[in-house]
Amino acid sequence: MLNDKDRIYQNLYGLQDWALAGAKARGDWDGITEILARGRDAIIEEVKTSGMRGRGGAGFPTGMKWSFMPKQSDGRPSYLVVNADESEPGTCKDRDIIRNEPHKLIEGCLIAGFAMGANTGYIYIRGEYYNEAVRLNAAIAQAYEAGLLGKNAAGSGFDFDLHVHRGAGAYICGEESALLESLEGKKGMPRMKPPFPAAMGVYGCPTTVNNVETIAGIPTILRRGAPWFAALGRPKNSGTKIFCISGHVNNPCNVEEELGVPLKDLIEKHAGGVRGGWDNLQAVIPGGASMPILGKETCDTILMDFDSLKDVRSGLGSGAVIVMDKSADVIKAIWRLSKFFKHESCGQCTPCREGTGWMMRMMQRMVDGTAELSEIDLLETVTRQIEGHTICAFGDAAAWPIQGLLRAFRPLVEQRILDYQKRNATPMAAE
Amino acid sequence: MAKVTVDGIEVEVANGSSVLQACEAAGKEIPRFCYHERLSIAGNCRMCLVEVEKMPKPVASCGQPVGDGMVIKTDTEMVRKARRGVMEFLLINHPLDCPICDQGGECDLQDEAVGYGRGYSRYDENKRSVGAPDWGPLVKTTMTRCIHCTRCIRFSTEVAGVPELGATARGESMQVGTYVEKALSSELSGNLVDLCPVGALTSKPYAYTARSWELRKTDSVDVFDAVGANIRVDARGAEVLRILPRVNDAVNEEWLGDKSRFAVDGLKRRRLDRPWIRENGKLRPASWEEAFAVIADRLKNLPGERIGAIAGDQCDAESMLALKDMMNALGSMNIDCRQDGAALDASRREFYLFNTTIAGIEEADALLIIGSNPRREAPVLNARIRKRWMTGQMPVALVGEHVDLTYGFEYLGAGPESLKALGGFAETLQAAKKPMIILGQGALKREDGAAVLAAAWSLAVQFNMLNADWHGFNVLHTAAARVGALDLGFVPGPGSKNVAGMMAGGVDVLWLLAADEFETSKIGAETFVIYQGHHGDAGATRADVILPGAAYTEKPGTYVNTEGRAQMGFMAVSPPGDAREDWRILRAISAYIGYALPYDHFAELQARLVKLNPIFGELGEVRRMAGTNLAGPNSAAPMGSAPFVNVVHNYYQTDPISRVSPTMAACVAAHYGFQAEAAE
Repeated sequence: MLNDKDRIYQNLYGLQDWALAGAKARGDWDGITEILARGRDAIIEEVKTSGMRGRGGAGFPTGMKWSFMPKQSDGRPSYLVVNADESEPGTCKDRDIIRNEPHKLIEGCLIAGFAMGANTGYIYIRGEYYNEAVRLNAAIAQAYEAGLLGKNAAGSGFDFDLHVHRGAGAYICGEESALLESLEGKKGMPRMKPPFPAAMGVYGCPTTVNNVETIAGIPTILRRGAPWFAALGRPKNSGTKIFCISGHVNNPCNVEEELGVPLKDLIEKHAGGVRGGWDNLQAVIPGGASMPILGKETCDTILMDFDSLKDVRSGLGSGAVIVMDKSADVIKAIWRLSKFFKHESCGQCTPCREGTGWMMRMMQRMVDGTAELSEIDLLETVTRQIEGHTICAFGDAAAWPIQGLLRAFRPLVEQRILDYQKRNATPMAAE
Repeated sequence: MAKVTVDGIEVEVANGSSVLQACEAAGKEIPRFCYHERLSIAGNCRMCLVEVEKMPKPVASCGQPVGDGMVIKTDTEMVRKARRGVMEFLLINHPLDCPICDQGGECDLQDEAVGYGRGYSRYDENKRSVGAPDWGPLVKTTMTRCIHCTRCIRFSTEVAGVPELGATARGESMQVGTYVEKALSSELSGNLVDLCPVGALTSKPYAYTARSWELRKTDSVDVFDAVGANIRVDARGAEVLRILPRVNDAVNEEWLGDKSRFAVDGLKRRRLDRPWIRENGKLRPASWEEAFAVIADRLKNLPGERIGAIAGDQCDAESMLALKDMMNALGSMNIDCRQDGAALDASRREFYLFNTTIAGIEEADALLIIGSNPRREAPVLNARIRKRWMTGQMPVALVGEHVDLTYGFEYLGAGPESLKALGGFAETLQAAKKPMIILGQGALKREDGAAVLAAAWSLAVQFNMLNADWHGFNVLHTAAARVGALDLGFVPGPGSKNVAGMMAGGVDVLWLLAADEFETSKIGAETFVIYQGHHGDAGATRADVILPGAAYTEKPGTYVNTEGRAQMGFMAVSPPGDAREDWRILRAISAYIGYALPYDHFAELQARLVKLNPIFGELGEVRRMAGTNLAGPNSAAPMGSAPFVNVVHNYYQTDPISRVSPTMAACVAAHYGFQAEAAE
């Protein structure tokens, strides 16, 4: 269990002042000039040793990502882009950071921008986060006024401007290259890689895209030192993470915990336990809509970090823990996710554009039980035909929940079909 | 260079090549729908997936750059499985209405489905259905068949420079279209039909006409502008059904202007299919014998200087040479091909050629356009200018009418004054290493045309456009026949009459070889006019004798494009009715009047042509000029002050064929908002 003193987000619940004065009282912006004075390489090295992995879902080591940025400009400027397009169903961690700890994010932007030589940063915030965008803008205005942003930011001799860009409400714009397209004013459709954003990002310039939680954690890491951060969590899964626990728990909440915390502990201690007790648990989606669902047996022992969840063919994703007790219709729940993915597919590449609709319709029949038993295998094949064949990871994200369902709950799906057939069997003529 | 292995075959390809290019270098065919050599890479169809060693997932070969030592496999179980999966997805919402689809037989989806499709469908749901918006008279849409490859979007945005196509909505509901239903306003819109890998975009005029395998295909050269685009004439029986571009990177790449592609239905209308003789002010049908007799009678005892000939804009070099030879035999040097009166100086070839060459535009680093709208005068060439401009390395300036060229330019002014001033663009030209000028017919077809020509030449000299490695002086012609005519000397001899001189009774007998683009009303009332041509247009209306000739699809012939590139077209169909190939008519009448031309076969005529000017023997080639002779064309008079007026305002109707084409008339109505002018 994480000690209170090790929490990065002391004001996650908004009980204190979010504004600059309150943030400074919590230690934000403390010694920022000295931190920047350590120099680019030292900062990147520190982030590397801390073992920080991207908190957006893919878990890519942050320090390594930063080190891909060109050390010497070839004439093009570099950009920092913060992905605040938090659209993964069940996820609301970035929202609370922006609401209650905006200065952690802003300070992180300055440090990250400095470390990668980017004089401009963009925060691409989800369009639905209107109030959050207002607060973020207010916080940025405070930072400008205090000389922490703009020319000679925080007295470091480094110029850094930060802009907030509001999205228009498309899930796919949370994919980094689609986000860049959208930021440029185009239709949010993912780009082919290579070239990667570090070589050709926004406006064709070197760009790094980081999640809000990643960036907001950086100042504390630099202040308390990489060894402190690395000591939290498990090897290769170090540090803390905000988990968003929702669904059939007594006390749905956002909570910051160490990576590697047992799922059972997380739910029992922070979310007040599963409705009706742990034995009433049916399934958990551990990492937001796109991660495969886990049955109860797995949930009993699983640790919540990148690698442990990968070992059970699921993933930590954005850390959104969706809990379902025995009253839930898991097939219908996954159908709803399929519907979501069908609705949010950008339509650019073939497997995802055509496949998500097909999957949703088959799932619909699984929910009703009107499918044929043979269709379960067909559904599985279709998910395999999408997975790994698309431009971005959306295709995988749409396929995995169904694969997870069929892995963990195939007997349930089959039973529903058999039940339907039994109910609707036409009596044979007596001849 | 990068060394890669494709299915065990080692190939070397340039760094930065794509995996797909490497596979092609190794002779492996990669199926693709969205990828097109001349468009940006989209990577969205996912059909070109291949396996690359050390990569966990199959990669889209079109967008993946090669790396040294890469091991690529194009025919493994993983690849086949991936492609079969993609094909299934493409087909689940495709209507599979091949029997009623015009693309049938030349459909990429159909072809690839043979290799990667399954024999039955596992998709039990309803198929998606999409409307068929009206994109104007040329492109027929059946968007239900669309596979969202976005080639059309990329073409109109990148090549045509008219970004009016896009995709709306997302996911399954994504639709390619214009958003607000409208006619495509590009002069290159017909290329969408070629680019579309399925039957979503097909040719509207050609709809339900024929199947591709029924057509006889003949290589030819386009005559609707002076670019000399390489075309393929598809005919069935005696009917030309459609025109498609052929690939020629030096000329038209693989594009073709809409007029060149769609005006062919004009070949079936208002044709001269028998000789006519004017009697008592009225034309009556006649036999060849009668027509020849009337002409012979009229030419009898007439001195050579009282006979004249004008060659038209779409004539092949062979028939013009036959006419020239006959006129010379008759003792006349009153011949002219510049029917619009443009001040073209035939004294040196570089004075009237597009010396930079079309492909050479891609080397230029500054361009000054004078009195021309290349978008309407030569859309394919305009696309080449745009291609260069898109690289950001060729600033463009324009003197003349302020028009939309599909690319950005600095507007310097309307007339000769601006040409003298040039403003800030002078510095751009000065700094450029390979600057070029394009001089349009609008700058030459005016009283001070010779002065403008001389002024443009001296600009070229002033800004170092002429040197041993570079020739930046270019005349952009609008007539396919013009350069060929100038090359074979179809201009008045010393002291002889030009077009203006032949008007108003300057000659007693005037031979018009398909010449319609001048004011026929200025021909003297007493002048006896012989019109030899294929359409009942202006010339035929004024004629006293009509000799029915052949249109460009109905005869073999050599055409020299604006760069000076001689190219040959072949005969696709026979001329209609009693009409004959033009050189045969001239050969026959020359014998009838007693001056038999010295060639009995087309090959002999061609040999004579090559002997006269070896240029005609270098088919498909172009001699790139070196700008070493700086002496310019002569002009005594100064330039006037009148603004330059472009010669082509109505792109769709510029010649006898397009003026009678119903498709072109529909385009005019759709785009210019007025009905086609009657030809009479």
